[in-house]
Amino acid sequence: MAPSFDKLREEDLDEEDIDMDEVDISDLREKYEVQLEQGYDTFVVIDGLPVVNQEQKPRLIKFLLKRLNTVGRTSEDAIYMPMGDDGMSLRFAFVEFSSAAEAAAAVRQLDDAPLDKKHTLRVNKLTDIDRYGREGRIDEEYTPPQIEPFQEKEHLRWFMADPSGRGRDQFVMFRGDTVGVFWNNEKDQPENIVDRQQWTETFVQWSPLGTYLTSVHAQGVLLWGGASWSRLRRFAHPFVNLVAFSPNEKYMVTWSNRPISIPDSGHPALSVDDDGKNYVIWDIETSKPLRSFAQQDTPAGEEQGAKKPAKFPWPAFKWSADDKYVARLNQGTSISVYELPRMNLLDKTAIKIEGVMDFEWAPATPRREGVKEYEQLLCFWTPEIGSNPARVALMSIPSKQIVRSLNLFNVSDAKLHWQSDASYICVKVDRHSKSKKSLATTLEIFRVREKGVPVEVVDTIKDTVINFAWEPKGDRFVIITTTEPVGATAVPPKTAVSFFCPEKAKGNAVGNFKHLRTLEKKNSNAIYWSPKGRFVVIATVANTQSSDLDFFDVDFEGDKPEAEKDLTANLQLMNTSEHYGITDVEWDPSGRYVATWASAWKHSMENGYHLYDFKGELLREEALEKFKQFAWRPRPPTLLSKEEQKQIRKNLREYSRVFDVEDQERISSADVAVVEARRRLLNEWYAWREEVERDLTEERAALGLPENPVEELLKEKTAAAVAHVAKADGGEKQEEQVVEELTEEVLEETEEVVN
Amino acid sequence: MRPILLAGHERALTQIKYSPDGDLIFSVSKDQIICVWFSHNGERLGTYRGHQGAIWTIDVDPTSTILASGSADNTIKLWDIKTGKCLQTWDFPTAVKRVEFSDDGTKLLGVTEKRMGHLGTIVVLDIKLDVEAEQSDEKAMTIVCEESKATVAGWSYLSKYIIAGHEDGSVSQYDAKTGDLIYNIPIHELNQSITDLQWSQDRSYFITASKDKTAKLISSRDLEVLKTYPADTPLNSATITRNKDFVILGGGQAAMDVTTTAARQGKFEARFYHKIFEDEIGRVRGHFGPLNTVAADPTGKGYASGGEDGYVRVHHFDRGYFDFMYEVERERQNRLAAVVSA
Repeated sequence: MAPSFDKLREEDLDEEDIDMDEVDISDLREKYEVQLEQGYDTFVVIDGLPVVNQEQKPRLIKFLLKRLNTVGRTSEDAIYMPMGDDGMSLRFAFVEFSSAAEAAAAVRQLDDAPLDKKHTLRVNKLTDIDRYGREGRIDEEYTPPQIEPFQEKEHLRWFMADPSGRGRDQFVMFRGDTVGVFWNNEKDQPENIVDRQQWTETFVQWSPLGTYLTSVHAQGVLLWGGASWSRLRRFAHPFVNLVAFSPNEKYMVTWSNRPISIPDSGHPALSVDDDGKNYVIWDIETSKPLRSFAQQDTPAGEEQGAKKPAKFPWPAFKWSADDKYVARLNQGTSISVYELPRMNLLDKTAIKIEGVMDFEWAPATPRREGVKEYEQLLCFWTPEIGSNPARVALMSIPSKQIVRSLNLFNVSDAKLHWQSDASYICVKVDRHSKSKKSLATTLEIFRVREKGVPVEVVDTIKDTVINFAWEPKGDRFVIITTTEPVGATAVPPKTAVSFFCPEKAKGNAVGNFKHLRTLEKKNSNAIYWSPKGRFVVIATVANTQSSDLDFFDVDFEGDKPEAEKDLTANLQLMNTSEHYGITDVEWDPSGRYVATWASAWKHSMENGYHLYDFKGELLREEALEKFKQFAWRPRPPTLLSKEEQKQIRKNLREYSRVFDVEDQERISSADVAVVEARRRLLNEWYAWREEVERDLTEERAALGLPENPVEELLKEKTAAAVAHVAKADGGEKQEEQVVEELTEEVLEETEEVVN
Repeated sequence: MRPILLAGHERALTQIKYSPDGDLIFSVSKDQIICVWFSHNGERLGTYRGHQGAIWTIDVDPTSTILASGSADNTIKLWDIKTGKCLQTWDFPTAVKRVEFSDDGTKLLGVTEKRMGHLGTIVVLDIKLDVEAEQSDEKAMTIVCEESKATVAGWSYLSKYIIAGHEDGSVSQYDAKTGDLIYNIPIHELNQSITDLQWSQDRSYFITASKDKTAKLISSRDLEVLKTYPADTPLNSATITRNKDFVILGGGQAAMDVTTTAARQGKFEARFYHKIFEDEIGRVRGHFGPLNTVAADPTGKGYASGGEDGYVRVHHFDRGYFDFMYEVERERQNRLAAVVSA
């Protein structure tokens, strides 16, 4: 397939020289060149040249060469311009490049490019000319493409309308080879919506707003949805391993460990340019690839005192909150920010930041005080390099202005935790002492919304913080600390769970963050806040010894301890539970239920799921063979305005009354149904028994057998035994002296029979 | 329900049988010894020695006179229960996996293993229920299982049929007089062996346990599946309780698959299900290996379980067990009581 001229491509290539990716691709290209080389791949055919005679020819060739050398290497000898019988050129020439990649680049860049005012070059690959240019291959007649008449598609948000009118949430379960989607029925068996065998090869995933269910196959990724669960999109990325969506479901990135290899026969979605790449960014609406990227080798060099980054960082591409930008970290050197949907580098250059270790986009479009123009924020950090301190900074995009930066010392590692509204970012800084032995953690909290972005430091923590989580849409957080560093020890160390919240402050201001309470001697290692805030589950997951779940309320409506009266939280442990072998926890999008499960991916013990309500009351437990995955279907944001939501909250009592009545009715009708079913079963059983017993008696009578065959036998035996006992009385007793007690008992029995 | 722990065997239990009066418990194990116990206090009454291989199976005749046992030493032996004397030994080419007396005690069937070129068979022996009498050396009948070997078998009501459970998960009904196969029905999952078959009191229906993690209640007459009890672990044994409508299932992860994990992981529990409603009522823990055999007291007062761990646990039901009743059952009981009093 000849790559048609495409403006996007040209844009791309202008920046090719400065694109960091280029460096890595070249060696991959060389590797693949060998495969592609079939003799003619390095040749292109140039049409649209002016007609020249023999004398003018060398000049034209020289002129042409200048243009050609902008895209690849070729020489005068490699240009063959055939001459006609009349001594004039035939307006075309063959050119051999030194590599197929250069030939491809020539086709991309020079095709349709003007040579001078009168002549426009047409550049095609020789192989393409061969493939398409032969007679009969392409229909000479132009036939306008068929435009399909518009067809109404099913509503992709149908799942928001629960047919039972209870606003239930959906979830997907992957167990064995089967993927099923269900309505959550609390205590009752979930209502199955769709169940398909072999729906996916590795895992399933919801898109962030719940519109699509993603299935992953060797050929690529499929998106499913609508009430009919039909296939909506197809993204052919061979041997794809992972998928990530942009927050608003506009784009998607797929990653495969294996570089893409485009067969000679072509690929339905990807082109030769994608050969050797690992990542593909797709536009979901059109299912078209926007751009592909090769995997970066993580630099092997030693980072000062910092941990080595993971081999394949995922997510490698991070999306801004509004899907406008996607950025990738170039470990230690820069961050490449691309503008969507064109996928061009912002300002045609990667943002150079020496030593950059990690970055995170603000999860929501920030609203900083006094800042009017559009911006997205990203936060990054760099370690200590030489005598320069480590640094954490907030950068505004697209201006690339550093909004706030903070210097830090003795940093081993830093983790960036945005609060969901982008009101705060907490930088969890692991610090080592001079001896580099002990670790302590400080929390540097940037108050993004306040003027000048003040930074507050929480440095009262003595131990290492192993987990941190903000309350979604709130300003409280939970940390888990441990005295020993977490290593590959057989017994995970004891941990402590601490709650923090702001002090009460005047007006709308948020006070300083203060320690609320610490729970010592726990095994917990994971924090799961309700998506609506207020409730939080502290769990011990993927631990063979313990599997506790603690359900907390941070706005308990009961009495508040005197010591905490100035704080904006009232902590209460609502319930504790245990789910043996638990590997994962997930809140439903409404914050009403918590699902916990033990996945067969992690271990094969007691696989299955539990369902709790937000208070920690166990609603349902189900053990399922080869249970792999559970995922609540996300919901798009509410369409109600702030006022409408307030109104609902105000009238909650009235709503609850209606719902309570409905629930009661449903439960009682279900109970009636169960009792009915049992009554039927009982009656059926006894009817069957009566029939069988009647038949049996008849049959027995017909055979002339006694009513009870054993009775006869027993009578005979008893008679014999009585005679025997009478005969051997006394003698036997002496023989069995040793076990006198037992003999007594036997005798007792015999007496009974005699009586 | 404090159990009595019978620690008399040195190896895994293979089968437990109550005497028809429920006063004695006979247990066999791979340690080659048959033990007999008092069920009410767990005291051992005695042992029957003579087998030279693991004993797979045991049965008591309906009058509690004679005991039959089948063993991996390729024999079936008859014992005088009272004296412990071995009355008769029949030799077979392969191990004997199951023995059972007919309901009148005049016939004994034995299931032999398929091995060393010998097909699995069900043999029928004539029995004289007298400890003094000479037993016949000859087999009265042999049924050869050509398709899939029988793992368990028993006599239906009136000794009319022989019902056998097979290794491939199917259940067969044979004519007990001629040995002709009447039905062979795939009841359990294909190639999931049937591990136990126990009768209701009148032998008009029976329960099968299978490695497919289910137990099924089946009618003897037409092999119709009446009820299914799903469990979450392979089952080794199932029994029907008397007087109350329950079934008890026993199983657990196969001994060879039990790793070093906690006992809870192995699911070594006896499970009670309601016989008619198929609901799980409760579980009894205690064993630390899979349950190989469960037996219900014919008088309905208790049950015993034998495990891979070598212990027999004898349970006497508490009051709560007898009082427990579903609303609809109570309803029916009251109705019947009203009819009787009227």
